[in-house]
Amino acid sequence: MTDIHINIRRKLYPTATTPSISNFKLSLQSNEFICLVGPSGCGKTTLLNIISGLDEDYDGDILVGEQHTHPKIGYIFQNPRLLPWRTVRENIELALDAAVDAAVIDELLELMQLTQAQHSYPERLSLGMSRRVAIIRAFAIDPEVLLMDEPFVSLDAPTARQVRELLLKLWQQRPHTVLFVTHDLREAIALADRLIFLSASPMQVVSEITVPIARDQRDNEAAIEAFRQQLLQHHPEIKQLL
Amino acid sequence: MLYLNKYLPTLSALAFLALWQGLAAYLNSNTLPMPEVVAKVFWQACVSGQLPYHLGVTLLRLVVSFAIAMLLGCAIGIVLGRNKKLDAFFDNWLVMFLNIPALVTIILCYVWFGLIESAAILAVVINKLPNVIVTIREGTRTLDQDLLEMARCYRFGKRKTLLHVIWPQLHPFVMGATRSGLALIWKIILVVELLGRSNGMGYQLHLFFQLFDVASILAYTIAFVGVIQLIELLVLKPLDKKALRWRR
Repeated sequence: MTDIHINIRRKLYPTATTPSISNFKLSLQSNEFICLVGPSGCGKTTLLNIISGLDEDYDGDILVGEQHTHPKIGYIFQNPRLLPWRTVRENIELALDAAVDAAVIDELLELMQLTQAQHSYPERLSLGMSRRVAIIRAFAIDPEVLLMDEPFVSLDAPTARQVRELLLKLWQQRPHTVLFVTHDLREAIALADRLIFLSASPMQVVSEITVPIARDQRDNEAAIEAFRQQLLQHHPEIKQLL
Repeated sequence: MLYLNKYLPTLSALAFLALWQGLAAYLNSNTLPMPEVVAKVFWQACVSGQLPYHLGVTLLRLVVSFAIAMLLGCAIGIVLGRNKKLDAFFDNWLVMFLNIPALVTIILCYVWFGLIESAAILAVVINKLPNVIVTIREGTRTLDQDLLEMARCYRFGKRKTLLHVIWPQLHPFVMGATRSGLALIWKIILVVELLGRSNGMGYQLHLFFQLFDVASILAYTIAFVGVIQLIELLVLKPLDKKALRWRR
């Protein structure tokens, strides 16, 4: 895996007068889990769309290693965006090249506890289950970057927690570079190696903080809460971004 | 109540026959023969091979012109629905072709290309095509952009996107175009045959009209309506069921 460098000099929507992103720089190290935290509407989704190649109307560069190219992306959207007329398994298979081994899908389904549901249609799944299918689809293609845009925002707290823990388990078994957007600071601390706090438009990096909590302590709510308090105390500037 | 619901279709058919019988008995005229007379004529026409032959010829024309109109219509409809510039350019053409009377295209095709089979098919296709294009274009405009973005992100490519993302969303529109298309096309085909062919249902009906043979006209009509019902029951309904199996 290679590092990825994002440099967006300017992103201006055709109808807007001020740019939504300007002078934004971010480097992703290989297999690093980064959480982007910022107020809603600050341009996080725009950033993910630029990185994924969905939005090509911007001034800047995306470098994978030394090369100017769009990295191979696994995108987990706010809504799972599964094809309702294809089964769980077909939804995953469609994202893959024909060459990928069926055993890989079996293994991922097993890990995300979806083996039983693999031949169901998405409309028959619960919200949490369809999120897990979206996660499998993104991991299955073995992407260079995994983009996640507030994927758990519409889930109730216990389900969100369960899916988050499954995500971390999967990520630890199959490390990938992750860019995870959220405005929930606790969620960000539970997941990230590094937190990036963003300001409202034009979006810029306000501060970068490494999360020191050990990986095996990430389900310890007290530790996460303690770090959150400490963070808010030492970095008062981030309070207004939440 | 449930018991009654099951027999309602049969009951309504019987009621229709009774009404027909009563009216025919009351009028006692050649212009409205009794159901049993029509049944007899129907049977004779079947045995003599006349009805199957002419029905077959018309059905063949129907299948060919329908297939051409649907294939072309779907392709053009998807392109126009996805491309605003082309759509703006061709919109006037569409409105114009939608509003040309069927009879005009039929006469013009025969005048320009002669009284030949391909002119007949072309006339039917020209009449049906704009309807298909408009229906599929509207369907394409309502495509789920989120799913299309997903397909782009996961590098589905053109073929996969069309087959697995676009086509299932267009299914209700295609079925709508199919049903209204079958109904429209066979009515136009009869006129085409009446004006310029020497076989088919339209040609036969024209003949019966000149002979004032209402029983034969009704027998041929019933045969055709029956065939269309069979197509609905044996082809369209199962297709619907298969395509919509994912719905709750």
